[in-house]
Amino acid sequence: MNLIDVLNHEQQKESVPEFRSGDTIKVYSKVVEGGKERVQMFEGVVTVRKGGGSHEAVTVRRVAHGVGVEKTFLVHSPRVEKIEVGKRGIVRRSRLYYLAEKVGKAARIKEKKAVR
Amino acid sequence: MKNILGRKVGMTSVFTDDGRYVPVTVIEAGPCTVVERRTKEKHGYDAVALAFGDVKKSRVTRALAGHYTKAGVDPRRWVREFREGIDGVEVGQTITAGEFVNGDRVDVVGISKGHGFAGGMKRHNFHGGGASHGSMIHRQPASNGDTNAGRTVKGSRRPGHFGVDRTTHQNLEIVRADGERNVLLIRGPIPGPKNALVVVKTSVKPNRQAASAEGR
Repeated sequence: MNLIDVLNHEQQKESVPEFRSGDTIKVYSKVVEGGKERVQMFEGVVTVRKGGGSHEAVTVRRVAHGVGVEKTFLVHSPRVEKIEVGKRGIVRRSRLYYLAEKVGKAARIKEKKAVR
Repeated sequence: MKNILGRKVGMTSVFTDDGRYVPVTVIEAGPCTVVERRTKEKHGYDAVALAFGDVKKSRVTRALAGHYTKAGVDPRRWVREFREGIDGVEVGQTITAGEFVNGDRVDVVGISKGHGFAGGMKRHNFHGGGASHGSMIHRQPASNGDTNAGRTVKGSRRPGHFGVDRTTHQNLEIVRADGERNVLLIRGPIPGPKNALVVVKTSVKPNRQAASAEGR
């Protein structure tokens, strides 16, 4: 491995839960507010998961008070404390940009039932 | 003043301790061997010569090999002299990346990438002409100046050879210095292609952050 690969590898977390576009996840990230650090949770649908290695990022979308909110997190950032995976969704593309144009019932995603 | 020689490895991004994700250039810096001490009495100026990089013994010229033998060290690929920050530096001593600490401000000297014979747009950031509507002046430098002068003024910016110049980037931040692995991570890009020699030294710019911290 060359030096850059080694450095990139060190940046990465040991384990990241498996999830993909359409899944509902909770991201716990550290935020600094008024000089104090606390953990903030953001729950929503994964619309984009892009980049590889230490550069990997995930965009999470939720509708809060009638307004669509999208947040992008660097998966391997030390500020992202943990990621919890909730519902698995059935989607047919990897980047769910179409969700932004849909409102209400049309913006739903079918849930994948666990196969035993 | 601290000096070191290194090899540009390439670029990547790293997370800093305060959670930022910053672009960095990776430099394999040191270990450098001090091969000569130049003195005012003998050479007319004070300097030290640092040597860096592995080299086959058969590739070293006899003249240089003599210098290495005199210093009692193994031959190295590159040698550069430094006139600043040389107090207490002795021949035979080894200088590592550990001399630098995170947050240090440095100047990085390299030989910029060669672009060959380049036009005005690439070489001097000229705007160029219109692309369409029959402008017929696409990437040309257009006017060369005053017709009253009746001649081209010396030093005017024209197309020509671009790159392969000694280039210094000043006041760059060291994001991480790792003496054990001989690695320096410097924020942002530095001049030159990969695997090229770069010189890293303490910045000549006043360090405003450190100065204001002391003033408080």
